[in-house]
Amino acid sequence: MRRLRRVLLYLILALGAFTCLLPLLWMLSTGLKPIEQTMTVPPTWFPYRLYVQKKGSLTEIKPAEADQYPSDKLVKKIAPRWNNFGEAVRAMKFFPMYLKNTLILCLLTVIGTVMSSALAAYGFSRIQWRGRDPLFLIALATMMVPFPVTMVPLYCLFRSLGWIGTLKPLWVGSFFAAAYNVFLLRQFFLTIPRDLSEAARIDGCSEFRIFCQIILPLCKPALMVVGLFQFMYTWNDFIGPLIYLTNQEDFTLALGLQFFQSQQGGTEWHYLMAASALVALPIIVLFFFTQKTFIEGISLTGIKG
Amino acid sequence: MSRGERRNLWLGVAFVSPWVVGFLAFTLYPILASVYYSFCDYDVLSKPVWVGALNYHDMVTDSAFWKSLYNTLYYTAFSLPLCLIIALFIAVLLNQSVKGRSAFRAVYFLPSLVPVVASCMVWLWILNGNLGILNSILSWFHIQGPQWLADEKWTKPSLILMAIWASGNTMVIYLAALQDVPRSLYESAEIDGGNAWTKFWHITVPMISPVIYFNLIMGIIASLQTFAPAYIMFSGGALGGGGVAQRAGGPNRSALLYALYLYQCAFDFHQMGYASAMAWTLFLIILFLTWAATRSTRRLIYYGGE
Repeated sequence: MRRLRRVLLYLILALGAFTCLLPLLWMLSTGLKPIEQTMTVPPTWFPYRLYVQKKGSLTEIKPAEADQYPSDKLVKKIAPRWNNFGEAVRAMKFFPMYLKNTLILCLLTVIGTVMSSALAAYGFSRIQWRGRDPLFLIALATMMVPFPVTMVPLYCLFRSLGWIGTLKPLWVGSFFAAAYNVFLLRQFFLTIPRDLSEAARIDGCSEFRIFCQIILPLCKPALMVVGLFQFMYTWNDFIGPLIYLTNQEDFTLALGLQFFQSQQGGTEWHYLMAASALVALPIIVLFFFTQKTFIEGISLTGIKG
Repeated sequence: MSRGERRNLWLGVAFVSPWVVGFLAFTLYPILASVYYSFCDYDVLSKPVWVGALNYHDMVTDSAFWKSLYNTLYYTAFSLPLCLIIALFIAVLLNQSVKGRSAFRAVYFLPSLVPVVASCMVWLWILNGNLGILNSILSWFHIQGPQWLADEKWTKPSLILMAIWASGNTMVIYLAALQDVPRSLYESAEIDGGNAWTKFWHITVPMISPVIYFNLIMGIIASLQTFAPAYIMFSGGALGGGGVAQRAGGPNRSALLYALYLYQCAFDFHQMGYASAMAWTLFLIILFLTWAATRSTRRLIYYGGE
């Protein structure tokens, strides 16, 4: 009975894991196929090449010619078509620009968010001042406001500043501390003993030096979490670029990918999947290198929330 | 106020000033402007014209508005409970002594990391009625799969399916909470002869109830605002025909989610006033559902020690 339960446990977990992975593997598999193999019913599971045996040596043939040869002479070999990646990038035209824009935005928003949220979180946690806690409650309340409410006025505001069609609306805001990150960092700052700051104050240390030289070094993991989440958010963001960007050369990868799909009308699935894989891959790689920080960050949002 | 207090006030305000400026410019001003616009006829190009409650009045007779509201509530009513339950189920399984737990956790988490555009692309392909693998997997079991994206009955289930697939972060939050439940509670339950089912209902669920509540509230807020999947899957070129504005929302507007219609009103039809009125209606719906969820679960949530 116990054994049966364990087998069942692993079976369910493995099945679930397979379901999670299947779409991603399918993306990769399709992204590595020649176009004919994406169009077969039933689907072709792995990209392959077909060869025919002639006098001991193998000659490659097109799959369409397969019925001209006896089936025992045919050899199928799994062969990924790596060229798809290069061709997809070229088909998207502005891919290098998309990548550049995305990286610029990621860099600016990560710097902006980490700096401004750390400052604000410090003010909300390590200094006692009148009106601090009511103000922090307002900060928390802003998290409830749905994006559609501010979307239209923000668009109009950026329009009147002449920022529509530039990257500015997508990064300037990050230098002004979003409530969510302030909240996250504040939780960390509160765990550091007060005596540490008090001792430094008695030694005549300025508040800014305490912030830079004592608190920040102790909170590196939390700053990492905030930076990492911001990077992910900027890389994945779709609605922001959709609203604010107008010229194709200014698009980010996420918007560029969608634009590519809507343009080619859903026929060249192999290129579309190769391009999707290119957009998803950096995030997946980043996740595997920073898994611990990541999971801790996610868990923290739930527990402290 | 003493000198020290005044000094602290200035210091505190200085440190939080980035947030204060951001709050005034990017939250408070837009909120106030949005209230004003919602009572105006405004197309961005010319100045807003006050029309009173006309936008709100128009909503009542706008069939697309009701359709989008229905679609969104339908989507939320199915995807949210399913995500919460499945994520909890997986988290409970992973909380057993499982070999390779962190590998499993990473795999389950992976879908929620993938950029939404990329995951929509692959789901467009998987759900393709003729060439998609989902239907060919179903055919192994002699099930004739539907035209997921072209049949109005199946567009919302498609979006729900994708939401469940990407619910890994909910699972990770649950798992972290489960790992904080003291082992001793389970041990004393075992001594009293409790089986797995009673342990789940009488220890696990009460102990992690604040986190279930947290996931529920966050889920309500996020789910009602779902935009990107509906926009990407149901207004792109894949389905063909008509201008972008006509295509949006899939067959018979069955996937026209609230946020998608709002976006259309604002940026395709340039009815900023109407879009603002819709945004406020959405905010009120979110507040109401959050309040209702809080009220109905209040007595079920256990905050340790309080």
